[in-house]
Amino acid sequence: MDELIIESGRLERQYWADIWRYRELFYFLAWRDLLVRYKQTVIGIAWALLRPLLVMLVFTVVFSKIAKLPSEGTAPYTILVFAGMLPWQFFASSLTESSGSLISNVNLVSKIYFPRLIVPTSTIITSFVDFLISFAILVALMGWYRYIPTWHVVLLPVFVALAIVLAVGIGVWLCALTVKYRDFRYVVPFIVQFGLYVSPVGFSSSVVPHKWRLLYSLNPMVGIIDGFRWALIRGEEHLYWPSIALSVVLSAVLCGCGTRYFRKTERTFADVI
Amino acid sequence: MSNWIIETEGLGKKYSLRHLGANRGYVTLREAVMYGFRRLLQPTKLPKIASEDFWALRDLSFGVKESETVAIIGRNGAGKSTLLKILSRITEPSAGRVRLKGRVASLLEVGTGFHPELTGRENIYLNGTILGMAKREVDRKFDAIVDFSGVERFVDTPVKHFSSGMQVRLAFAVAAHLEPEILVIDEVLAVGDAVFQKKCLGKMQDVAADGRTVLFVSHDLAAVEKLCSRAILLEGGRCRADGPTAQTIADYQASIVESAAVDLTTRKDRRGAGIVRFTKIQLLDENCSEQSIFLSGKPIRVRMHYHADGSKPLENCRVSLTFNGWGKIYFVASTELVRDDCLNLSNEGFIDCIVDELPLSLGTYYLGPFIEVNGEVQDWLESAATLEVEDGNFYGTGRNYPQGGAGATVLVKHRWHVPTKASLEVTGRRAS
Repeated sequence: MDELIIESGRLERQYWADIWRYRELFYFLAWRDLLVRYKQTVIGIAWALLRPLLVMLVFTVVFSKIAKLPSEGTAPYTILVFAGMLPWQFFASSLTESSGSLISNVNLVSKIYFPRLIVPTSTIITSFVDFLISFAILVALMGWYRYIPTWHVVLLPVFVALAIVLAVGIGVWLCALTVKYRDFRYVVPFIVQFGLYVSPVGFSSSVVPHKWRLLYSLNPMVGIIDGFRWALIRGEEHLYWPSIALSVVLSAVLCGCGTRYFRKTERTFADVI
Repeated sequence: MSNWIIETEGLGKKYSLRHLGANRGYVTLREAVMYGFRRLLQPTKLPKIASEDFWALRDLSFGVKESETVAIIGRNGAGKSTLLKILSRITEPSAGRVRLKGRVASLLEVGTGFHPELTGRENIYLNGTILGMAKREVDRKFDAIVDFSGVERFVDTPVKHFSSGMQVRLAFAVAAHLEPEILVIDEVLAVGDAVFQKKCLGKMQDVAADGRTVLFVSHDLAAVEKLCSRAILLEGGRCRADGPTAQTIADYQASIVESAAVDLTTRKDRRGAGIVRFTKIQLLDENCSEQSIFLSGKPIRVRMHYHADGSKPLENCRVSLTFNGWGKIYFVASTELVRDDCLNLSNEGFIDCIVDELPLSLGTYYLGPFIEVNGEVQDWLESAATLEVEDGNFYGTGRNYPQGGAGATVLVKHRWHVPTKASLEVTGRRAS
């Protein structure tokens, strides 16, 4: 029989084994959030399609018709916007959902044991499902425009993975901070809104003057969004590699620090929440 | 190697009661930042944030053998829930260690994790996985769970349409089908109807009979006595008694009597925010002189002294007093029941609760004072004073029931009507 020792200040070696044992909980919590989201809505699951479509529409109109930003390469502007919007939407909704996730599951946290890391990460799974739906819309859109991407598309999963790592890192961090400092509930929407304007969602990052490019790339989403565009859009031959490298490093560091901070504060969650 | 399945050594849990953000565990960023700035500017002048350590659990060592059923008893605030939270890994101990052999499942509150929008079926799966079951396991036990809960017909209805009784039954059914080596149960029997409670007790006996270990926390001493062979009495976070259930329960009852006599200001087993605390309870007769024994049917004046820290005015108060026996409340006297005005109190003083004809028979009772200010509970003790009652002339006949016997009970004034022969004939004719 396996023996478990509970002691003060002991980082349980079993933690990751526990996460594996509770792996189905990731699925069930994400499933619950998805199920609940569309229950009692008139058009139900259609919202999952409608939301990204509406956002894309607004972006296209605002940036191409009103702001008159030039399109890059040979791609229609809609696809250019959509390719940038996909990772951003995923990142933004991951942050919003995961940061508040422990607070909204207070009754679980204070009553039952399970690795707490599952709560914020399962909300990221929910956001990822939305991402996949939006992605399907993009594919349909490309079919409509008869637009075929180059071989670059093979590298798309790498950028998707990068976006996930970054979302988990920051999401988990913010989640732990929100438990301790309730002000973060108001900070997160601000970060998300601000982030939209400093990330190349409605424009291409080639608009940024070259000497500022490296500084601009300190925003890890820049590399990810650029990567998405590069993978999906023909004509974006020149990938700014320093920006990708910075994204990889920053995502990894943020993910490591975020999980560490979460693990460190996790032990007191039940006392504080 | 010992044969304990649960073993604790010097277990302790400390909470810091912070005076800065009184009453909540979390702080706001503003508070943290402001405090940091002030420390920077005048590092010497500013005192450290006043905090007071409170040991909810201290130096607790005990062992539980495999397939033992052990009850944890004690008053509110004795550390029972903290102990269970540590054992089920919800919170971490501040000192000492616990060694567990096997999987622990805790039933700290049934139905946590139920989502009102989801159907019974969906909730069974969700709750099952939260409690640590694999999906396959839930699949396998699904029918048994539904069967046990008795809600077959509504299994595809959203849980929000369930009555609270049905929700509890379903939740307990899920939890009861976990198969852990160690089952931790906290006050689950406080809910549900009598039939279901019996079913639950039966299920717990099955679990124990199966050779699994059960830790059971309850205020229901009758259930404790029935289910458990051994009981541990906690008091002020320490183990006060550990032994056969009957013995420990006797100790527990003795400790209640003992604590009823002590000064209230030093008592820790109280709940509430604490801007006002009861300091003393006096039992007075109709002439306002202190008495130790009261007669049923005679007036009693319970003088509840209190002291407020002055941080808030005592406006819109609600004060009540429960008259308790072993684990049950006989009756409650409360300002909101009999007064229509808004009760405002001064910062220091007393409030009297007067019962004109004490409706209790021969026995020992415990008084539980409670005070609420503006809807927030400030102080609440389960037993703050002992009330000894002798049979008096409650009914005005000089007689008492049970004649000569002692049975703590509530007395109620009542009448009987015995029909005369003539009226019997009238009713008889009407009936035919």
